[in-house]
Amino acid sequence: MTEQLRPGRFVSANRRVREDRRFVAGKGRFVADLDIPGVAHVALVASQHPAAFIEEIDASEALAMPGVVGVLTGDELAASTDPLMNGLDTPHVRRFPLAVGQVRYAGEWVCAVVAESRALAEDAAEKVRVRYTKLGFVLDAEKALQTDSTPVHPAHGSNVLLDKTFVWGEVERDFEKAEEHLSFRVTWGRNSTVPIETFGVVAKWDPWEQVLDVWASIQMPKYSDQIARALRIPGNAVRVHYDVDVGGSYGVKRGIKHSVLVAYLARKFGRPIRLIEDRIENMRAGDAHGPERIFDVDVAFDRDGRVRSMKMRALDNAGAYAGRAPFQLGKPIGAIVGPYLIESVQYHAVSVTTNKTVEEAVRGFGQSPTNYAIETMMDRVAAHLGIDRIEIRRRNFIRHEQFPYTIPSGSTYDSGDYHVVVDKVLEAVDLPALEAERDRLRAEGLCAGIGVAACLEPSGGNSSFEPLLNEKNRTSTWMESCRVNVDGLGFVTATVHTTSSGQGHETLVSTVVGEVLEIDPDKIRVVRPDSLGSLPGNSPVGSRMAIMLGGAAAKAAEDLKGQIMRIAAHALKVSEASLVYREGTIEGPDGLKLQWSDIVDIAHRRFHDLPPGVAPGLTATHILQVPTGRELPKEGRAQMYPCHSFEFHVVLVAFDPVLAKPEIRRYVIGHDCGTVINPHIVKGMTLGGIAHGIGAALLEEFAYDEGGQLMTQSFLDYLMPSSHEVPAVEIVKHVTPSPYTVFGQKGSGESGYLGAPAAISGAMHDAVRAWGITFDKLPIRMSTVSDKIAAAREHDRKTA
Amino acid sequence: MKTELTVNGRAVTVDVEPRMTLLDCLRDELDLKGTHAGCEHGVCGACTVMVDGRAVRSCLMLAVQGDGLDIRTIEGFAPDAGELSVVQDAFCETHGLQCGYCTPGMIVAAHALLSHNDEPSDEEIRDAISGNICRCTGYGQIVEAIRLAAERMRQSNTRAFEAEGGESA
Ligand code: FES
Ligand code: FES
Repeated sequence: MTEQLRPGRFVSANRRVREDRRFVAGKGRFVADLDIPGVAHVALVASQHPAAFIEEIDASEALAMPGVVGVLTGDELAASTDPLMNGLDTPHVRRFPLAVGQVRYAGEWVCAVVAESRALAEDAAEKVRVRYTKLGFVLDAEKALQTDSTPVHPAHGSNVLLDKTFVWGEVERDFEKAEEHLSFRVTWGRNSTVPIETFGVVAKWDPWEQVLDVWASIQMPKYSDQIARALRIPGNAVRVHYDVDVGGSYGVKRGIKHSVLVAYLARKFGRPIRLIEDRIENMRAGDAHGPERIFDVDVAFDRDGRVRSMKMRALDNAGAYAGRAPFQLGKPIGAIVGPYLIESVQYHAVSVTTNKTVEEAVRGFGQSPTNYAIETMMDRVAAHLGIDRIEIRRRNFIRHEQFPYTIPSGSTYDSGDYHVVVDKVLEAVDLPALEAERDRLRAEGLCAGIGVAACLEPSGGNSSFEPLLNEKNRTSTWMESCRVNVDGLGFVTATVHTTSSGQGHETLVSTVVGEVLEIDPDKIRVVRPDSLGSLPGNSPVGSRMAIMLGGAAAKAAEDLKGQIMRIAAHALKVSEASLVYREGTIEGPDGLKLQWSDIVDIAHRRFHDLPPGVAPGLTATHILQVPTGRELPKEGRAQMYPCHSFEFHVVLVAFDPVLAKPEIRRYVIGHDCGTVINPHIVKGMTLGGIAHGIGAALLEEFAYDEGGQLMTQSFLDYLMPSSHEVPAVEIVKHVTPSPYTVFGQKGSGESGYLGAPAAISGAMHDAVRAWGITFDKLPIRMSTVSDKIAAAREHDRKTA
Repeated sequence: MKTELTVNGRAVTVDVEPRMTLLDCLRDELDLKGTHAGCEHGVCGACTVMVDGRAVRSCLMLAVQGDGLDIRTIEGFAPDAGELSVVQDAFCETHGLQCGYCTPGMIVAAHALLSHNDEPSDEEIRDAISGNICRCTGYGQIVEAIRLAAERMRQSNTRAFEAEGGESA
């Protein structure tokens, strides 16, 4: 437990987000905006087949075209680079930026054409002739799991990337003792975060300096390490520029294959190379799809509604290569019981390869699908017992006085006050009025339903799922760092050692440093050194930066303040304890006073006045370890993330039974992410997360046809919620500070998204309750809804 | 092909391939990087610019079609360096953005709305930005920003265009 600073003048205040100014003026600095002299452009030749041997690549016509610099094939690339890392122990599932010998999904990159402009490169790519021999393919996860299915990677022997069963607690005993059981299956459809900016990267190799410069719209831990490893060059030969603005990511901007490809090309052709995905490349072969997951759940419960035990099998369709898919089955282990007191769990995690696009990390890293399964379970138990859906949740919630609370899978939840948040939400919604409104809509002939969902957002991004799923992986730290300097004129500058994609890290750092040093955050500059000048860090994943970067910045500022106090005590010849720090001025007994400028002068110029042990120059660095991240997993149990935010959704949906176009009439969310550092940012994350969740619940899916072709590869057919589909959302706030963080803050980067799909699914079910219809797959499509209603009515008519 | 454009009040002549979109022309020929590409097929609105006072998707228009037209990009809305328009300032006030990628298009769409409607309802605001996809914000704080901008403009008795020295709509 850390000693906590109180939220104060700047923390939690409704201050503007400093990054916004440059963006509203059109002065963001995105990767496609960079003007790198001499740059050449890449276009990709994509596979037409979901699985085929590459027999021959004939690029002669392309190479003869004006403006074409060269062509690269997978064979050449594989001969000179190492495979991309996947973190699992699957040495025969090798992945390179270009297909090697065999293509494994439609759209996979077969070769890269480099030319003086993107248009010329595209023209030339069309002239590359590839001769294939088609192979059998598999798209469905359950089929891929069968022993006689076509392996996507023949050398691996099967399609199974991961198959692990965990048993926490006395599952069989609890199942035996429980008064009731039920089972169900739900499927989370393949979707993703689909940022409006596609992925892009520019690389430039300087043969004299022996350094590779990389500018990318990246959000990825260990990015420069992985580039260096794949290219077999020293880590300190890769310089990633973190001052590139990233146009949205929410997890997926991890274009490691793009980056290794352009880095190789930059070295090969001796000039800067740029690859900015177009939308089709992004959707089809950006390797940025999210989880596609089948859940089979058995639940054991008593007639009073108390859930005793749960067995969950999660089968994930990873796509053609391992990517980050398998680990997205791991993170939910840290909140596998959601906000509930479930004493034992069996969790069977299976990840299989298929001939679909590769999965990448998506907002929540597997938690939102899992929450959808858990919340469906609570709704089904409630329906089975005829107990109210909110009441059943209340009966199962972990109670405020039980925190810190350790769940069966080994994670300790830091804090929470679930019952109170629910009470506050119900009061804000006026539940009886909402129910009356639903009934009024029903009386008008509409289908109307109320949905609820309660869930957790584990935050503070550690990486314990890696050693948990792969014993050879020994990762037990995911640090984040910050440096705070006071310059010779007394001005403060702090550092961020990563790119940002809309999270407001500059605002975060300036706010907490300002809070600790009691100076106006707007006067603090925040800079981003490149990766070679950076302190260690792991990028903004797993809802971690408020906790980790905010924590590191606060600690560095405290360290600086400590130095200031020591300097002052020495100069004033009094004890440190007798001094008070007030907005940069140090006051001692008997009217003694030292100004900020005096301290700066001593620290920067008067070594003879410095106390022993204080280094000149007023600078402090802090490298923060994840709070609670102390050890490796033991016996299948892990402390996953340190902090656990809570959210409770209530939503009213209505639609015409024939058209079945759902309209969200009311949306209220209760949100508790501990102490809020910047209210605007947290609000935006929550509203954006809900919008994203509406997409996952009702609209978005990467759908494939039977021939293995992706059918939704533009914004015309992959539908993202617009301002018409996303309603006005009311947020009910509650603050239960985390005991493990500097200000009591928890994460909020995934908020909203983690519960919205479950809540909307619940509302859709409530709307068709009269017919007993269930929707077992997200997204719940309009056509499915109207078909099921039509069938139910037909059935009613016949049996009437 | 030689094409004469008026961009942010300045007459410019560009020599472009007939197939070049207005979006690419603005970004690559005129170095106006504030207009963004999101889909390049007319759905997301990230590329929105004002053409003769109307919000237009620059990815769906060829540069040569802009000949003789009055084009205003996001760079043309700030009254002065370091000074924001009422709409831009309102976006900062309510945090109507996160990553900032859709933002220029949103702000152009907002200006287009407010140039002919100084008291839009929330529904009209949602309508006006419904062709602009934002993946970050869920639109709530964008709607608030435009509502606030409208209110401030009414108070100061200016319309979006007049406020920035443009022609009145
Ligand atoms: S880039 Fe023009 S509408 Fe998307
Ligand atoms: S602010 Fe990121 S897409 Fe709108």
